[in-house]
Amino acid sequence: MNDAQMIQTDLGTVLTREEIRQIDTELAHVPYKAGAAIDALKIVQTQRGWVSDESLRAIAKHLEMSAEELDGVATFYNLIYRRPVGEKVILFCDSVSCWICGCDGIKAKISAKLGVDYGETTTDNQYTLLPVPCLGACDRAPVMMVGDDLITHLDEAKIDQLFSDVTVEDSASEGEQ
Amino acid sequence: MEKVLTRNIGPEQTPTDLKAYEANGGYQGLRKALRELSPKDCQTVISDSNLRGRGGAGFPTGMKWSFVPMGDSCTPGHKYLVCNADEMEPGAFKDRLLMECDPHQLIEGMILAAYTIGADVSYVFIRGEYVVAIERLRGALAECYASGLLGENILGSGFSLEMHVHPSAGRYICGEETALINALEGKRANPRAKPPFPQVSGLWGRPTIVNNVETLCNIPHIIDRGADWYKTLGRGEDSGTKMFGVSGRVKNPGCWELPMGTPIREILEVYAGGMQDGLQLRGFLPGGGSTDFLVPEHLDLAMDYNVIGKAGSRMGTGTLIILDDQTCPVGMVLNLIRFFAHESCGFCTPCREGLPWTRQVLQDIEDGRGQLEDLETLAYQVKYIGAMGNTHCALAPGAMEPLQSALKYFRDDFDRHISGGCCPYESHKVHQHQHQQIGTGA
Repeated sequence: MNDAQMIQTDLGTVLTREEIRQIDTELAHVPYKAGAAIDALKIVQTQRGWVSDESLRAIAKHLEMSAEELDGVATFYNLIYRRPVGEKVILFCDSVSCWICGCDGIKAKISAKLGVDYGETTTDNQYTLLPVPCLGACDRAPVMMVGDDLITHLDEAKIDQLFSDVTVEDSASEGEQ
Repeated sequence: MEKVLTRNIGPEQTPTDLKAYEANGGYQGLRKALRELSPKDCQTVISDSNLRGRGGAGFPTGMKWSFVPMGDSCTPGHKYLVCNADEMEPGAFKDRLLMECDPHQLIEGMILAAYTIGADVSYVFIRGEYVVAIERLRGALAECYASGLLGENILGSGFSLEMHVHPSAGRYICGEETALINALEGKRANPRAKPPFPQVSGLWGRPTIVNNVETLCNIPHIIDRGADWYKTLGRGEDSGTKMFGVSGRVKNPGCWELPMGTPIREILEVYAGGMQDGLQLRGFLPGGGSTDFLVPEHLDLAMDYNVIGKAGSRMGTGTLIILDDQTCPVGMVLNLIRFFAHESCGFCTPCREGLPWTRQVLQDIEDGRGQLEDLETLAYQVKYIGAMGNTHCALAPGAMEPLQSALKYFRDDFDRHISGGCCPYESHKVHQHQHQQIGTGA
């Protein structure tokens, strides 16, 4: 293991000073430490993009709870990511109003354009595609979020325009190798 | 019609800051309450107004508040007021508008609710995807703290309240009030057994009231202008105005504040502009994804809690989802059941196992693999999962509502899928079986 890798490992298994400061701020509002579990997961995820096993153990230790119990919390929630995600997460609404307005076709278009299905990240690590419960913008269906931005009235042209900079590696030729 | 909840919301939907809110009568209800009304007076006014919860269940708000122990009957310690801003019901999009465009109206309603029940800490539990609403609420909270409307000794009254915006980590079940409380406590959001009810033992075991955004937005106006005024706003038996919405393939989908008791036909034809050209109305869910279908013969019913209830459905959130004649009813129900199966918290067996089973049966029918016995299986599911009391909370019974009414009104469509061995509808041809529920959760 080289130095860079060691530093990387250390960063994963301990919380940074800033993370601890933010978590401890939340601890002031709860009667016992485990009460801040979701806040702590979100704080670490904001810093690191996702919650690795190492991060999870570090948070659990700080909150004086078992890693298993914390994982039970982490895996319950849709917006806590226990696998790495891309720079931006696409939260694609496939609930009923968007479905009536043709979101399945839009989803197929995105998958073809980016080369990913639900739960997958583009090869350039830019985007992760996830389904999301109704985004509460049903009057503007179909809709999705890309990062923090709500994108409404989706159609195929809009998908082309949004992801015009993305080039997907030809998976067909990869398959032949 | 007099606009109440949306009086600060113009067509541009620009947010209202503290100055603009106060210039249009904002915080008058709060000033009046702190000056001349006791908490008991406030609770009485809200009870007299017949305001019913706008989150879906329609429980009388004043009565809910009356269960909170007050004065000597309450042990010393915190009491909590929580705003349920976890709008995730499929097809519901009303609270987003209220929070994004007029955050102070919600905050004033929350301060008044907290004053009434004697709460000293309050939370806006809001879904994490509502980033604009979160930002604007936080901005509005900062304005309030800076102006003495929140914090210690509000407006010199001696009443103190702290308020926090708490973004959720995301799960539909958090909309159930006891699940929401577990989420606030940092736990998995499984609903709790009731009793004890949260009014007595909620957040951290202390008395807690959870109210929906729209419910709370009504409070300042009722306190300011009185119960009698509020009762005159409705056109039917229920009081006040309501945010009604329409989504689906209509000409002008949207959300409008209208009097309670507005006929469904008026909402659909006047405000939503009727069906898109070439489409006919087939049916609709009157109040979000967990309400029973109604059909065109119900169009002249008034949107009142009891009227919709007598017709076999629920007013729910008041946001209608429209089924047109070129969209497959089986596919629509499958979409809804898939949602509820995915969002089941997994705590009780009928919901955790029954909903995926139901989803699979519907998927088979939609894909043309269905058999006549499958309809008996679905009827069985409706009977056993749908019955209140067989499940831990109302999620699975709610999921059964669109299914049971689809079996009643669209039985022919189920039969045609089975006899024809395929879905008879041309639209939505990207097959749902490609659609897998994969998240990055482990």
